[in-house]
Amino acid sequence: MNAFHANPHLTARQAGLMSCHICAQLAHLPDGDRHHLRCPRCGAPMHMRKPASISTTWALVIAAVLLYIPANLLPMMVTASLMGSQEDTIMSGVVFLWQSGSWPLAAVVFFASVMVPLLKIIALIYLTASVQRRSRQNLLQRARLYRMVEFVGRWSMLDIYVITILVALVHFQGLAIIQAGPAAVAFGAVVVLTMFAAMSFDPRLIWDPLTDTEALTHD
Amino acid sequence: MLAPDAHPTLPANLIACHECDLLQTEPQLAPGETARCARCKAFLARNPPDSIDRTLALTLCAAILYLLANVYPLVGLEMQGRRVEVTLLEAVQVLWRDGMGPVAALVFVTALLFPVLELLMILLVLVPLRLGRVSPKLAAFFRLVRSVQPWGMTEVFLLGMLVSLVKLSHLAHVILGTAFWAMAGLILALTLAGRAFDTRLLWQTPLAAERP
Repeated sequence: MNAFHANPHLTARQAGLMSCHICAQLAHLPDGDRHHLRCPRCGAPMHMRKPASISTTWALVIAAVLLYIPANLLPMMVTASLMGSQEDTIMSGVVFLWQSGSWPLAAVVFFASVMVPLLKIIALIYLTASVQRRSRQNLLQRARLYRMVEFVGRWSMLDIYVITILVALVHFQGLAIIQAGPAAVAFGAVVVLTMFAAMSFDPRLIWDPLTDTEALTHD
Repeated sequence: MLAPDAHPTLPANLIACHECDLLQTEPQLAPGETARCARCKAFLARNPPDSIDRTLALTLCAAILYLLANVYPLVGLEMQGRRVEVTLLEAVQVLWRDGMGPVAALVFVTALLFPVLELLMILLVLVPLRLGRVSPKLAAFFRLVRSVQPWGMTEVFLLGMLVSLVKLSHLAHVILGTAFWAMAGLILALTLAGRAFDTRLLWQTPLAAERP
């Protein structure tokens, strides 16, 4: 590759190459039909960039924002006993843990169930908006932010698992009954939607404005 | 479709960063070394020593621990002489019967189904690779491993269990079951297996086998 040695800052797209997202094989972009390309080595579908990355990410993030509201306002857990019934939201669950003296766990649940989904949504909005504006600033910071969003997202599932164990264990006791509230469905959907949003975001779009001197087609 | 002669014209060590698309030559890695992208610092490759053997051993270990984690009860409560224990599948069933279908399905998929799929697919890829019987069909399984991996959340489940036990600890005496410890071991084995697996072996071996 003479072109590669001549310019150490060449991207695969500038060189007319695309890389397989599964096995990292590089392949030349053919001249003719550019749809339904497959990796010559592992057979995975190949794209220069993830298809419709920005619009897909927007759609998933907006859906997550809408569901984040009922997830926090509706009860996550309904406890019914002889003394009556009590409804707990995510926040009141954190407050309960804090007051019962287990503040390290209260902090963990607050971080995983309240902060992570919120920060993840904000980070995805910032990343998608800055990519859409073709911003050339804070490239490395945004690349790191994306990696963090991908890594931390799964931990929001915590509250779903907590409610699963609580419901199952207390169900068998007979004294009280704990049931999952409607917020559990909304919250689970927020976690799944933000994970899909992070997957549909293409981090290479962060760096593209740097090398785009002329208008290149996104495909 | 791409022309079949599309790739041999490129130098074998030329790679594009999967996060920023920068072309770079992949450095020769000593055992244990990691390569990162020159521009965005994304993880590119690692050269783990004895990759196939170690990954295979750890994955088999994880498979045994997975069985234990699902057969034995995870957690239990003891109250006035009564003892209640629950396995992972029972917990999902209770949620399902309570009319929480979507949540039960989510827990079933992320804590039960996808971890076992991941284990099976890794074994399906590694065992033929270890025996030297490489076929192009392996690639499809490996693609499946990659798409399933982000959705297996055993470690989050373990933390969730701890939180729920603390919430119940003022009501009754809580017992950590055999499956709880098996699951803790499973997480460790899976993490180490992931670190030990050099995915490049999967793609380099078939290419080497093709040469006359």
